[in-house]
Amino acid sequence: MIQRRLIPSYIVLVIVSIFSVFPIYWMLTAATNNTADVARGKMFFGAEAMINFNKLLKGTNLWQSMGNSFKYALAQTVLCLLVCSLAGYGFELYHDKGKDLLFGILLLGMMIPGVATMIPLFRMMSSMKMLNTVWGFVLPAVSTPFMIMMFRQNSRNFPVDIMEAARIDGLSELGIFFRMFMPVMKATYAAAAVITFMNAWNSYLWPRVVMTDNKAQTMPILIANMANGYSVDYGMLMMGVLFSTFPTLIIFFVLQKQFAEGITGSVK
Amino acid sequence: MEKKRSLTIGQKQKIAGWLFLIIATVMIFVFSFWPMVSALTTSFKTGSAANMKWCSPLTFNYTRMVKDKIFKTSLSNTFLYLIIQVPIMLIVAIFLAQLLNNRDLKFKGLFRTCVFLPCSISLVSYSLIFKSLFATQGLINSLLMKAHLISENINWLGTTGTARFVIILGLLWRWTGYNMVFYLAGLQNIEYSVYEAAKIDGANGWKTFWYVTVPLLRPVIIMTFIMSINGTLQLFDESVNLTNGGPAGTTITMSHHIYNNAFGTGVANFGYASAMSFVVFVMVAILALINLKVGDTRD
Repeated sequence: MIQRRLIPSYIVLVIVSIFSVFPIYWMLTAATNNTADVARGKMFFGAEAMINFNKLLKGTNLWQSMGNSFKYALAQTVLCLLVCSLAGYGFELYHDKGKDLLFGILLLGMMIPGVATMIPLFRMMSSMKMLNTVWGFVLPAVSTPFMIMMFRQNSRNFPVDIMEAARIDGLSELGIFFRMFMPVMKATYAAAAVITFMNAWNSYLWPRVVMTDNKAQTMPILIANMANGYSVDYGMLMMGVLFSTFPTLIIFFVLQKQFAEGITGSVK
Repeated sequence: MEKKRSLTIGQKQKIAGWLFLIIATVMIFVFSFWPMVSALTTSFKTGSAANMKWCSPLTFNYTRMVKDKIFKTSLSNTFLYLIIQVPIMLIVAIFLAQLLNNRDLKFKGLFRTCVFLPCSISLVSYSLIFKSLFATQGLINSLLMKAHLISENINWLGTTGTARFVIILGLLWRWTGYNMVFYLAGLQNIEYSVYEAAKIDGANGWKTFWYVTVPLLRPVIIMTFIMSINGTLQLFDESVNLTNGGPAGTTITMSHHIYNNAFGTGVANFGYASAMSFVVFVMVAILALINLKVGDTRD
């Protein structure tokens, strides 16, 4: 039974929960209403979802942007996991003084704001003809101090005996990584994948800089552009927001534990 | 054996270790450290992207900032968000984590999921949701009208004070649950016996929280504080999509102003934008260092 002394806690938590969920609930209802109803303050589901969807299909290149977002986010996730887990593995399990020093230097990279590197990176990508390409999108985000640290911290639990045994069995150093380390570290990979995919899918500043062509645009850019007109169709806009949101919403509900682990990363 | 395999097993392993981390290291140097150096040199230059020249005097871009009204507004906006939003958010987050960490609480998972849910929404999406909610012809106004709290629609995003309020509210909505997750993880690491000991010593709930929980959570609190400062100094998506820096540039953030100078319509003022971005970098670095120092003083 609910304990009496906890009733104030429940009241606070219920209020905060409603505050947290309401904007998302409202976005879902607005996607099913026409813009007049949305403006009038209708808070319940309507019957205009298909109309809003068709308007969205006609007015924007929805599928192209969805495809782009998926392509870039998947590429970033695969490359980031591979590069950063290799590095985390190297830093932790082969560590010596030199590597520890290098690791400390790399951590300084966490202090570098994206807005400070965006101009040089734009010029770099532009001179390498990588604007509007998947490489232009992912390369600056593949290797991050945060991810390296996450893999490094988590590989502390990796049993070193396994490595010795594998060496005796004749496995190469890289073989140990692929055959032993990766399977054992599944949970860390899952958490890292969730967080990297979400970050890539949701990123906005860098894609806006590097994806100058409409054909290369991502979902966040698509919906941001929709809201820029003089008269905004709120039903259609919220349908766009819904498309931009549902992949991450699904990931959140299915993999909430991994998501939380990915966020807190190396805090143990 | 053959001469080729003259490397010992130990040497081989050492080389392998370096090879594992070489790609990541090179990439961080190429895509983070080198651009930072390049931003610094660019900040002393002027002219369009293709042919940039050194400024004369060299510090021209930096002295220009002092006279730039929008830059000053963006700076004061950033600090306004920093001083008001960050403390409220962190205190609420600790408080919620404390409530959720109670053993006897029912529906814990449900509450946690609800509070955490905003983290699954992109910054652009939630900015647009809040923009629609607070539109002059929007839900919030129509609710307030129905409740007879206001007699005519408030122009939330068209008035400086209320527009800043909406941004702060949005930031609180999006990030409180995020920080709460860190505190929950930290709280779960505190042994239950610590609390029992405090109880036996006669500490009440408030005292336990202040003298037991907060000191034990200090590393996590410092970390969330650094992350929040870092995030606030780099606010961009909200400024662009929620208020578009308006009305009349009064809610613009530093990143937004820098972006407008570098990639806005008709301008490519890379030198000046780089100078401003270097100022942001210095502020992030200084605040992070101060925080680390504060964290080191005790223990």
